[in-house]
Amino acid sequence: MVAPLKLSELPAGQSGVISHIPTGRSALTRLREMGLVPGTRVTIIRRAPLGEPIEISVHGSRLAMRNHEAAFIELAAAP
Amino acid sequence: MSKRQASSSAVAQGFSSEPLFALIGNPNSGKTTIFNALTGLRQKVANYPGVTVEKKIGECISQHGKRLQIIDLPGAYSLNARSPDEAVLRDVLLGRRADTPRPDRVICIVDAANLERNLYLMTQVLELGLPTILVLNMMDVAEDKHWRINVEKLSGILGIPVIPMQANSGRGLIELKVAMSRTDVPVPQWQSPPVPEAIRAELSRSRDALAQVGAVSADAKLMEPLYLISDHDPSHYGIASSHLDRIFECRKGLERAFPGWEDELVNARYAAVSSLCKEVLHRPQEDGRTLTDRLDGIFLHPVWGIISLFMVLGLLFYLMFSVAEGPMKMIEALFGGLGGWLQGHMGEGDLRDLLVKGVIKGVGGVVIFLPQIMILFFFIGMMEDTGYMARIAFIMDRLMSTVGLNGKSFLPILSSHSCAVPAIMATRTIESPKDRLITILVSPLAVCSARVPVYILLIAATVSVTAVPTLTKVGFMLGLYFLGLSGVFFFAWLFNKCVMRGVNSPMILEMPSYKRPALKSILLHMWERVTLFLKRAGTVILGLSILIWFASTYPKTPGATPDQQLANSFAGQAGHFIEPAIKPLGYDWKIGIGLISSFAAREVFVGTMGIVYAVDESEDEKNIQPIRERLRDERWPDGRRVYTPLVCLSLMVFYAFAMQCMSTLAVVRRETNSWKWPLFQLGYMTSTAYLLALLVYQVGTLLGF
Repeated sequence: MVAPLKLSELPAGQSGVISHIPTGRSALTRLREMGLVPGTRVTIIRRAPLGEPIEISVHGSRLAMRNHEAAFIELAAAP
Repeated sequence: MSKRQASSSAVAQGFSSEPLFALIGNPNSGKTTIFNALTGLRQKVANYPGVTVEKKIGECISQHGKRLQIIDLPGAYSLNARSPDEAVLRDVLLGRRADTPRPDRVICIVDAANLERNLYLMTQVLELGLPTILVLNMMDVAEDKHWRINVEKLSGILGIPVIPMQANSGRGLIELKVAMSRTDVPVPQWQSPPVPEAIRAELSRSRDALAQVGAVSADAKLMEPLYLISDHDPSHYGIASSHLDRIFECRKGLERAFPGWEDELVNARYAAVSSLCKEVLHRPQEDGRTLTDRLDGIFLHPVWGIISLFMVLGLLFYLMFSVAEGPMKMIEALFGGLGGWLQGHMGEGDLRDLLVKGVIKGVGGVVIFLPQIMILFFFIGMMEDTGYMARIAFIMDRLMSTVGLNGKSFLPILSSHSCAVPAIMATRTIESPKDRLITILVSPLAVCSARVPVYILLIAATVSVTAVPTLTKVGFMLGLYFLGLSGVFFFAWLFNKCVMRGVNSPMILEMPSYKRPALKSILLHMWERVTLFLKRAGTVILGLSILIWFASTYPKTPGATPDQQLANSFAGQAGHFIEPAIKPLGYDWKIGIGLISSFAAREVFVGTMGIVYAVDESEDEKNIQPIRERLRDERWPDGRRVYTPLVCLSLMVFYAFAMQCMSTLAVVRRETNSWKWPLFQLGYMTSTAYLLALLVYQVGTLLGF
């Protein structure tokens, strides 16, 4: 079985659909509240010059987060 | 609880004359611009007790000439609070705050170009059942993305007025006022998304349990207890500690009944929002390249982005150092002139001295900060309003994270190199309370402009003019800047590791679309900062100035020269008193007087040393030649030189770390809402200064310097 792709590993310019976010973690619940619910398409816009944070596009809005949080978000290939 | 209900129903009865509107919305939705456009200068700013969340209430006149009251609630992403800001929004909307009446009506502001995420908060608010007006702000940005929003359909589905707007140009403002002037703002028809039965049953039980202890009102809607149960604000602001146990019990109950319930509810709500958006929002398959994309291509570019950041920051420094200098000189001259005029027109005596050297000097010392505060806040306002601020945080975040801070701490720390006072006021842009506090605590370590004259004097006294090239002096100065910055980073790291352990809040940064700044709103904000500074910090600074004047003036020594008078004053006695403590640092009691008097402000050291050594006091700080010569000749009773290079170095290290600035302390007191943190800051900085200066002098002496 192939390990699922994590948002933190996605190269800039590529998209994926959120397949899983762990529940019951405060920081991740906030990301959900900002639109990162399973089934949502996300696109990595860019990484900051020093590799972190990453900027993503979700529902047409732009969010930045660190790899630490992004590593919890699992993706399936974009349709 | 019954008292609260009584007060809110009293307002409800009276609202045919003066209804209270609440402005709510996500951060970056343009809420404050709309508030400022509606109320102008008819607004009052205060703090909610115990926190630095601002309470803004304003007034506007309806189309029919009636007065309407508006409360601008803090921006939030959700009623599930994660900070005191969001807790205030929740509690005011639920009518849980004794100091703020429950609003009669809600104006919900959403960013049209960011519809889904903004509608998330809106649906939570609609369910509370208050009459609501929906404002679709930033329609221009949505149009730029070729998004089409069916306003009439949205209004039909929600059953409330929906007003398209572009607040920074005033488009839609009249329509909003017309809608606000209606006597019958409708109640929304929105239904909560379906909740799994297990959660519903448990929520219903929780509501009864919480109503029993008075945490929610007896007629609370089903979702209301939820927002207390899912409170993630570490300080649980706004929740009585006696209610917390009951709330935690309810949380455990929900956890048992439906593991992952909180995330499930978010999913359900987003599903509802998504199907609503399918009805009303028409957007292209792929968002086209917008203005924001094109600008970010430059401003976030690995090379151009950093070059433009340096250019922007260079401009800020130019404004704060050079442009502010003119007005500051004028203020100085004005107060100097006033003092001189009084000197000439009043008879000699203590009253004249008090007025000239205490009051006028003190007031002048407060007002002198205004040019820098105004420039910094205008600049920050521009950067926040245009959206560039988030880009600075994005670029600098990685660097700041090495010491446990985030990108938003960068700008305050940078501007504290000019002056810590406006820098500390600027930390309000940092949402995480822990990061904000650490930034406040370490900012005064940066080399501010008040340290510069002290350093220049000491460097001049250290190195002999003839033999040493200018480059060495520049090297000294750069070394001192580096020392200050190392202090900032070291203590940020230390506080993050030790003093304030606990979970770091995650860095989640919204990157708003670039937009044209709303000048009026920025100027209003700047004005607000200025008045707050004058009222809160100014009074403390003035009081301490008078105190220090008193200490250096009394007791009087009849017929003494100024230097003898100072030596015999309380300050002079204190200098003698602390001499045993500062001797290991290489200082004598005269330097002790300088240290004590420069507690008011670091640059006072230069002037005080001028008086102590009875040198003709020159108003021009650059003209330090005579003091420097005098310092070189100063001897201990046994004939050794006092100002050896080692002592100067020890003094520079002392000034690099010591908290010698009462204005900063006054501002920290105001921004942290207690004396605890300014006193902590005074303690840690001054003891570090003492220990390091001791180390420098003792090790240097051992090494034979």
